[in-house]
Amino acid sequence: MQADKISLGQFLSLRSGGKRVNTADALTYLYLTIGTILMFGPVLWLVASSFKTQAGLLKYPPPLLPYQQVQVEVEGYDDPLPLFNVTMEDGSARELAQVRRVGIEAQMVDPADPGAERIKVNISQREPVEEVKLAWENYLDPLIEIDYFDFITYLKNSVLVTSIATVITLIINSMAAFALSKYRFKGRDAIFVLFISTLMIPITVILVPVFLVITSIGWKNNLWGVIIPGAATPTGIFLLRQYMLTIPDELLDAARIDGGSEWHIYWRIILPLARPALAVLAIFSVMWRWNDFLWPLIVLSQNDYFTLQVGLNAFQGELQIQWHYVLAMTVVTLLPITLVFAFLQRFITTGIATTGMK
Amino acid sequence: MRLIDILDRITRPLLLLLVMSVDRILTLIQGRVGIDKMGYFFVLPNLLIFGIFVLFPMLLNLYYAMTGGTKLFPADRPFVGLDNFATLFDCDDFLSPNSCQEDLFWRGIFNTIQFVVLQVSAIVLFSLLTALALNRRIIARGFFRSVFFYPVLLSPVVVALIWKWVLQYEGVLNAIVELFGGESMRWLLDTNWAMFWVVFVSVWALMGFYTLILLAGLQSIPPELYEASSIDGANTWQDFRFVTMPLLMPTMFVVLVLSLIRAVQMFDHIFVLTGGGPGTRTQLMVQYIYTTGFSNQIQLFGLSAAASMVLGVSLLILTLLQLRLGNQSSLA
Repeated sequence: MQADKISLGQFLSLRSGGKRVNTADALTYLYLTIGTILMFGPVLWLVASSFKTQAGLLKYPPPLLPYQQVQVEVEGYDDPLPLFNVTMEDGSARELAQVRRVGIEAQMVDPADPGAERIKVNISQREPVEEVKLAWENYLDPLIEIDYFDFITYLKNSVLVTSIATVITLIINSMAAFALSKYRFKGRDAIFVLFISTLMIPITVILVPVFLVITSIGWKNNLWGVIIPGAATPTGIFLLRQYMLTIPDELLDAARIDGGSEWHIYWRIILPLARPALAVLAIFSVMWRWNDFLWPLIVLSQNDYFTLQVGLNAFQGELQIQWHYVLAMTVVTLLPITLVFAFLQRFITTGIATTGMK
Repeated sequence: MRLIDILDRITRPLLLLLVMSVDRILTLIQGRVGIDKMGYFFVLPNLLIFGIFVLFPMLLNLYYAMTGGTKLFPADRPFVGLDNFATLFDCDDFLSPNSCQEDLFWRGIFNTIQFVVLQVSAIVLFSLLTALALNRRIIARGFFRSVFFYPVLLSPVVVALIWKWVLQYEGVLNAIVELFGGESMRWLLDTNWAMFWVVFVSVWALMGFYTLILLAGLQSIPPELYEASSIDGANTWQDFRFVTMPLLMPTMFVVLVLSLIRAVQMFDHIFVLTGGGPGTRTQLMVQYIYTTGFSNQIQLFGLSAAASMVLGVSLLILTLLQLRLGNQSSLA
C-alpha cells in the first residue's frame, strides 16, 4: 500500500534530491495536464459563457469572465441608464450616463447632476463602464417562458421518461434474469441466447418497423413510445443474470421449505441480494435515458412532448441561435448527470471496468 | 425529510397491498403449474416487450425493405421485391458516389468508412496512451481518471453544443488561434476541417470509456511479471513491448471491436454539430437512414429500411469477425 502512494513532498524531493529527472514522469504529467485542459476546458468555457449577457457574448475576442455594463439610476428617468467613460473635448475623462443615442451622437447626462443640460458626445468618444456580473436572466427567463422553448415541459418529460423507464427496466430485467438463472424450464437457454444475440442490434437498424408498432399502438407523440421499446435491454439481463448466478440456490430452497412463494423469493430474497448489480444497471439506465436522442427525435414531433435533448436540438437549430439561452439550458441539461457522477463516481467507473459495458 | 416521510406513509401501504395481491395471484398460479414453470412467468414481461419491439420489427424490416410507396402501414404498401436494393446499388462506378442513383447513400458509406478508420484508430491510440499514463504511480490519479471519463456521461447533444460554441467563428478557438498569429476559420463549414472536428469531438466524448476498460486490463497484469523483467534488466520500453503489450492484447481487442461497432452507428453528435454538412461532407450512414425515412418531405420507408439492412449486415459481419478472432486470441 505504502508504495502506491507518494505524497507531494516526497514527489518534489525526488527531483530536488539530485537524482536524475525522470523523463517518463515528466512526460506523463505533461500529457495529463494537456489532457485535462482539453477535456475540462470546453465544459468550463460553456459554464462561464452561459453567465454572459446576449451583448456580452458578441464580444470578440471573448473575455474570460462575464462582464456587464454598469447601469445607474438617475433622478428624473424611469429606467436605469447605461454608464460610460467619456473622453471630453478638452481631453479630460468623465463618467456619464447615456439618455439616448441619435446616429453617431449620444446624449449623456451626469448622474451626479441630473438637472444640468444634456451633454452631446460622439459615440467614438465613449467606452462602456463594465463590471463582472452573472447574467442569471439566461437561466431564469426560460423558466418563465420563451416562445417555442418550453423548458419546464421538456425537463418534466425528461425526468418522467428517465425515472419510469429505469424502474420498468429494473423490474422486468431482474425478473427475466431471475428466471434465466434460477429455473430449469424448456427453452430457457434458447431464450437467453435470443436475448444476448441482439446485444449488437441497435435500434438504428430497425427504426421503420418499430416506428410502425409505436404508431399502431397510438404511442406517437406519447412518452410511452419512448419509454417502452428500450426497456428490455439485453445488457441488463446479462449483467443481472451473471450476478444472480452467484447467489446460492440453497437460500431459495430454504425459503421454499419455509413456505415462501416464488414471487416472495424474488421480491424478498433475490432483489435485496442483487442490489449491487441493480444499482449498476440503474445508473446505466439513467444515463441511457437522459441522454437518448435519435429515438425520441423520431417518436416525438410535437413541442409538448419533447425531452430536453430533442428540445435543445430544436432550439439550437433556429436560424438565429439565441446562444445566451442555449448555453444556459445546456448547462442545466448536463447538471444532473454531473451530480450523479460526482456522487457515484467510484461506482460508475468500477461498474464499467468490470462489465465492459455502457 | 418530512415530505419524504409523508410520501412514504402513503405509498408504503399501497405498495404492500400491490405486492401482496400479486403474491396471492401468483401463489395460485404456482399451485397449478408447479415451481419450475414459474420461470415462464418471470421471463414473460421481458419477452413480450422484446418480441414486440425487437424481434417482430426485425422480421418486419425485411418486408419494408421489399415494399415501396410512402405509406407507413404495411397493407397500403405495394410489393416491389428487390427494387429498393437495386436503387441503392444502382451505380455506374461504385467508387464515385456521383454516378449512383442514391448518391447520398454512397457518400454516407464512404464518409462512414473514412470516419470509422480515423475515429477508431484515434480512440485506440489515445485511450491506450491515457490508460498507460493513468496506470503509473502519479499523484491525483483519481482526479485525472475522472477528468478523462467525465465527457462519456454527457449527452451527445450537450457535447455537440459545447464544441459548436468553442468552434464558432467568433469563438474561443479562433481567439486562441489569432493570439498565436494564425487566421480565423469557419471550422465546421470548411470541407477538410469539418471531418477532422467531427472525429475529434467524438473521440473527446467517447475515449474515456475505452480508457477505463484498458486501465482495468493494465491493472490485472500481475506485478510479479514486471519484477521479473526488471531482474532481467529490461528498460521501460522493453517492459512495455514484452510484458504489457502481449498481456493487454485481449483487452485491446475488446476496445477495438466495441469502438468499431459504435463508430459505424454514429449519428447524434454529428447531427447536432454539423447536421452532416458542409454539403454532405460529414453525413454518415445512420443519418441517411434517418433522413430518408423520417425527416424528408417524402418519407421513403422502404429505402430507409433497405439501407438499415445494409447497416445491419455490416454490424453482423463485424460481430462475427469479433467472435472468430476473439476465440482465436483467447486460445493463443
